[in-house]
Amino acid sequence: MGKIFILIQSEGDAIHRVSLEAINGARQLRDSGGHSLHAVLMGSHAPPAPLKGCDIDEILHLNHAQLDQYSPEHFIAAAEALIAQESPGLIIAGHTYQARDWLPRLAVRIGLPMISDCTGFESGGSLTWLRPIFQGKISAEVTTADGPVMVSFQAGTFRSDDLGTGAPAVRAIDLDLSGVVPKVLREPKFQEAKGTVDLSRAERIVSVGRGIGEQEHMKIVEELAAVLGAELGSSRPVVDYGWLDHDRQVGSSGQTVTPKLYLAIGISGAIQHQVGMKNSGCIVAINKDAHAPIFEVADYGIVADLHEIVPALIQALKGEQ
Amino acid sequence: MKQIPDPASALHIRADELWIDESNLVYSANESDTYALEEALLLKEAHGGEVVVVTVGSARTTQMLKDALAKGAGRAIRVALEGDGDLDSNGMAHLLAAALREEAFDLILTGLQSDDAGHGQLGPMLAELLDLPHVTLVVATDIEAASIKVKQELEGGWFQNVTLTLPALLTIQSGINKPRYASLKGIMAMKSKKIRDVQPAGLGIDPQQLAPLQTVKRIYLPIKSKETVFLEGSPAEVAAQLVDKLTNEAKVL
Ligand SMILES: Cc1cc2nc3c(=O)[nH]c(=O)nc-3n(C[C@H](O)[C@H](O)[C@H](O)COP(=O)(O)OP(=O)(O)OC[C@H]3O[C@@H](n4cnc5c(N)ncnc54)[C@H](O)[C@@H]3O)c2cc1C
Ligand SMILES: Nc1ncnc2c1ncn2[C@@H]1O[C@H](COP(=O)(O)O)[C@@H](O)[C@H]1O
Repeated sequence: MGKIFILIQSEGDAIHRVSLEAINGARQLRDSGGHSLHAVLMGSHAPPAPLKGCDIDEILHLNHAQLDQYSPEHFIAAAEALIAQESPGLIIAGHTYQARDWLPRLAVRIGLPMISDCTGFESGGSLTWLRPIFQGKISAEVTTADGPVMVSFQAGTFRSDDLGTGAPAVRAIDLDLSGVVPKVLREPKFQEAKGTVDLSRAERIVSVGRGIGEQEHMKIVEELAAVLGAELGSSRPVVDYGWLDHDRQVGSSGQTVTPKLYLAIGISGAIQHQVGMKNSGCIVAINKDAHAPIFEVADYGIVADLHEIVPALIQALKGEQ
Repeated sequence: MKQIPDPASALHIRADELWIDESNLVYSANESDTYALEEALLLKEAHGGEVVVVTVGSARTTQMLKDALAKGAGRAIRVALEGDGDLDSNGMAHLLAAALREEAFDLILTGLQSDDAGHGQLGPMLAELLDLPHVTLVVATDIEAASIKVKQELEGGWFQNVTLTLPALLTIQSGINKPRYASLKGIMAMKSKKIRDVQPAGLGIDPQQLAPLQTVKRIYLPIKSKETVFLEGSPAEVAAQLVDKLTNEAKVL
């Protein structure tokens, strides 16, 4: 591989958590033999603290004001020039929404394989990448021909807290981006007005997924939530269908929750859902599919039809009172 | 639009462990692609124009294409390919780009991710090859003369409004609209609509561009990282066990 690049997503001093995790994945790869690790930092701000003291070999600083805000055209032009100049063998990023937006475009432009959303790798012999397919129901081992590869690591694959210690040199990279014309005009980011529920503070959550089947069945989970004194949460499809408000959605594009009890009912447990709930205290999953990925994070599992279990659970809880 | 094994179907790994067993599966349109189709139909109804549905796939995709035509697409193009497993994202992007270059379009909509292979790459790659501006994860659109303003979903409940000049490419996120069902009238009208089959060989692509850059070596059932305690018995027994465990073991009740 030689040089390993890790593309850092940052905003001012804040480094995206998934980038920090990917640094740790990149460190493991580097330590598998004879490689060097270079963090690529975009924008005119000074390298943020966690980067300066961590166990990487060098910070390549693309010190340009045009890279302060995300612009796919500028990011791609800068990365393309840097890659041409430095010839890395591996280019790693966290699988963030921003990475989803520009990395595939860069990959096809420079003709490199891009393996997205990896959950690991095996580095003995030829490098093999592990990634989920079929929404996490199956895992795949993927290989590439010899030559440079682009990879993104799924959120939560590596730790983000301990990045080791080091004193990487900072090398400023000078690029001419004056010819880049942005065709995409971005306005400031915003959040929707907050609703009335704050799931992040709930102690118990009864969360419902597409397995509920029909809107009229929602009342059984509403009743269960009431009996448990829990807030109602959901996966994305339930919100997409308009059966619950968006502020009840748990996951990467909804709320991140850590209740003491999280009951997942008819939820398959796709990664975008898991990232929002897997740090809950006690996770119970009710799903008729024994292979549903939600069971990978559940403490208690019930493989059965929710329409039989939920009413029985309501009865049992009422009996307790 | 991509046709994929219906997410509700039970998947079995093929004996060679290279892909799933595709016999006896029910297929349906990829979820975010159905939202992309609906958005295209809504834009056509508001601003005029034509919706053309394009897929790369086998004869099996006829059902999906007919359904799209019945919902209101004007015509369909199928780049005929038996088993798309041999193409990776890069090859698929080159193939689709070659087919689309023969068309005059103002807007290309794709789903944000296929729920089988899950690359989430084809939209931006296609935009690159066709030299179009693009935005991913679009949750609202608004056409203004020669440009389009869209709302992009960012992480953790943040959004950003983005304006692009047309022609452009958008990848559509689920929930942007409420996909319709085909009406009886639509189904009747569908019968006179055309599905045009395009042979990859006729597109003048350098075979080198279709050569996969990545290859699936093995697929397997995920290895569990957590010890899940599975509760068994009749619904009443399971419910009683769970209440007991939550009260006395996990101490969360
Ligand atoms: C960029 C991006 C962002 C996303 N953000 C989010 C997010 O924030 N939150 C989120 O949840 N998802 C999000 N998603 C979508 C995510 O990938 C999944 O599609 C979604 O979580 C699936 O929801 P589900 O589990 O309810 O539905 P499905 O995956 O369809 O699962 C339904 C489950 O119900 C089970 N079931 C069916 N009938 C019964 C029954 N009678 N009894 C018991 N079980 C039954 C099935 O076995 C199945 O496991 C996002 C996706 C992308 C690409
Ligand atoms: N075989 C195909 N035919 C048509 N469109 C496709 C095909 N494969 C992928 N796409 C489109 O590209 C999007 C992203 O796919 P992917 O990059 O495979 O996750 C999908 O949601 C589809 O809109």
